[in-house]
Amino acid sequence: MDLVSLTIDGVQVQVPAGTTVLEAARLANIQIPTLCYLKDVNQIGACRMCLVDTGARAFAAACVMPVSPNMVVKTNTPAIREARKVNMELLLSNHDRKCLTCVRSRNCELQTLAEELGVRDVRFEGKRNEYPIDDSSPSVVRDPNKCIQCRRCIAACGNVQKIGVIGTVGRGFNTLIEPAFDQKLGEVGCVNCGQCIMACPVGALREKDNTEEVWAAIGDPNKHVVVQPAPAVRVALGEEFGMPMGTRVTGKLAAALRRMGFDRVFDTNYGADLTIMEEGTELLSRIQNGGVLPMITSCSPGWIKYIETYYPEFLPNLSSCKSPHEMLGAVIKSYYAEKNHIDPKDIFVVSVMPCTAKKFEAKRPELSNNGLQDVDAVITTRELARMIKEAGIDFVNLPDEEFDPLLGESTGAGAIFGATGGVMEAALRTVADILEGKDLDAIEYTAVRGIEGVKEATVNVGGKEIKLAVAHGTGNAKILMEKMKKGEADYTFIEVMGCPGGCVTGGGQPIVPARERMAADPRVVRAKAIYEEDKALPERKSHKNASVQKLYDEYLGKPNSHKAHELLHTHYVDRSASR
Amino acid sequence: MSGNSCKDQEKFQQLQAVIDAKKGTKGALMPVMQEAQAIFGYLPKEVQQFIADGLGVTLSEVYGVATFYAQFVLEPQGEHVIGVCLGTACYVKGSQAVLDRLAEELKVPVGKTTADGKFTLNATRCLGACGLAPVMMIGDEVYGRLTPDEIPGILAKY
Repeated sequence: MDLVSLTIDGVQVQVPAGTTVLEAARLANIQIPTLCYLKDVNQIGACRMCLVDTGARAFAAACVMPVSPNMVVKTNTPAIREARKVNMELLLSNHDRKCLTCVRSRNCELQTLAEELGVRDVRFEGKRNEYPIDDSSPSVVRDPNKCIQCRRCIAACGNVQKIGVIGTVGRGFNTLIEPAFDQKLGEVGCVNCGQCIMACPVGALREKDNTEEVWAAIGDPNKHVVVQPAPAVRVALGEEFGMPMGTRVTGKLAAALRRMGFDRVFDTNYGADLTIMEEGTELLSRIQNGGVLPMITSCSPGWIKYIETYYPEFLPNLSSCKSPHEMLGAVIKSYYAEKNHIDPKDIFVVSVMPCTAKKFEAKRPELSNNGLQDVDAVITTRELARMIKEAGIDFVNLPDEEFDPLLGESTGAGAIFGATGGVMEAALRTVADILEGKDLDAIEYTAVRGIEGVKEATVNVGGKEIKLAVAHGTGNAKILMEKMKKGEADYTFIEVMGCPGGCVTGGGQPIVPARERMAADPRVVRAKAIYEEDKALPERKSHKNASVQKLYDEYLGKPNSHKAHELLHTHYVDRSASR
Repeated sequence: MSGNSCKDQEKFQQLQAVIDAKKGTKGALMPVMQEAQAIFGYLPKEVQQFIADGLGVTLSEVYGVATFYAQFVLEPQGEHVIGVCLGTACYVKGSQAVLDRLAEELKVPVGKTTADGKFTLNATRCLGACGLAPVMMIGDEVYGRLTPDEIPGILAKY
């Protein structure tokens, strides 16, 4: 590769040709401020915060300026500092500046940058736009009064997820980022993935907050409040308390939930193990009985709404399994309720999810039993962190505790549900054992791990060649769906997770600022923690989960039984009219 | 768009031919939208969705372009389109008062069309006839050195 030499602020740097000045500066330990830039997602040079002096007539935007040989770049001159400051003040002049009550306060790139640029006063007090807040969606709230029009959300939705339900509307000072034709987010083909929130540098996009109803349930003496956190929560929650990315906080998580006042602390990983029993059995039965193939996983509610909206012709390919937390919710309100003589009406199930789409999923009428929703409230990892802070719990110094017995017990197979490829790998671990009729030692299917957009593999299980595909992010799922449309997809089993990286980087996870994303990829770092979690558990196959076996022995009979179908399986809705 | 569906069908066929000719070429969206506006007179949601599907872009993208450029209109235009120049020279010479009088006489806000579909009232940038300021155009007809009191008489001609 050709190397280019240049000088940035007097520091000699050598970088591959094609590198931007912004990236080259990072290598010289020089932080050029950015706002609209988001590595691999949005590189459009719009906000003019990264202005540098290259000796040309005008200042250049470092995020889109490629290096050239012997270039001399200055990033810190009086004129550059003043230009950036003026840009920032202009942005702030049309921003609502309600930082004290903003959900993104202290994790806001605008706030951080204003502080770093030394903005102590906003000299421009001109007209300020005031817009209504769009809270029509059960998952994502849009507040244009905080929007700085960086377009990172548009890139995440349109370029990465290939959905594109939001775009720029109008022109100049009156430009808005919103769906076309004055539609609300709740009315368009938004799949609730929340990747726009992950991309937003400010508080203009945020999750619908459900913490109050959870506090209310906990405070209600007549409610038996049960909580279950998803696999990905335990490898990210620590970041909200200043712990390094990829720190595993499983024990502290259980302890914190107990101290918050939940009556039982169960684990969605149990539901994941249960999902494998049902989904693995369904796959085998489809293979053996000539059912619809490829079978596609159904754990990710963003993905489910995507296929319902954009590819309803493939709904028969979806596994009929409910997602893990919905399965566990259904088990809590039936098996657990009966066993403990509690009226299911008095049980309130709270799911802590890395996901905003789960909020929509939990409200689906079909995910209920005897008129009771399987799950009563969904909060994201971020909302849980806020509640822990509100409760005055010193999270970092908590002792490690265990989840509650029975529905809190799980295996490594359940743990890896949080990363792309994990559901597939967990299913293979069980299906291979069943087909071979023995307890296999080779359980790590590394071909389906990692962050390549579409992963394909052929594995031999029980003398049978099974062709697999794994996609993460709806943009990559779209590639597989188009292949299926053309009849070029001869797979047996497909795993799709709606978010890039899978649940570890779901729309409800701690938000990693653009600057940190340049240094570390949370999809990789958090997934590594997920696989460590797997390795640390005594059992790593779902069918070895003794509590799951007990559920079948005592209550469900066997996987895919009539009772299992009643409680653990669902159906889907053609939503193509809303696209 | 419903009502005379046969005529509409013809128009959509015309638009389809435009899309087929331009699809795959770089920067196809704007010319397709211009042709669509020539065919339909304006760009309603159905037409924008048709363009989006035809070119394989999102409705948000089409709508973003449609609302960015002043040349695209999202509502049916009146029989006569009035453009009052708010360029510097006309503005200094009192074109705002002319525009206000038009809005008052037509009972319609700027940018909108009268209920009877006869007039659409627009404010425009410089029309290039500064010597005649203040200026307005109705269709292709230019009216210069206007005073607000002349407005009712001019409108009566249409």
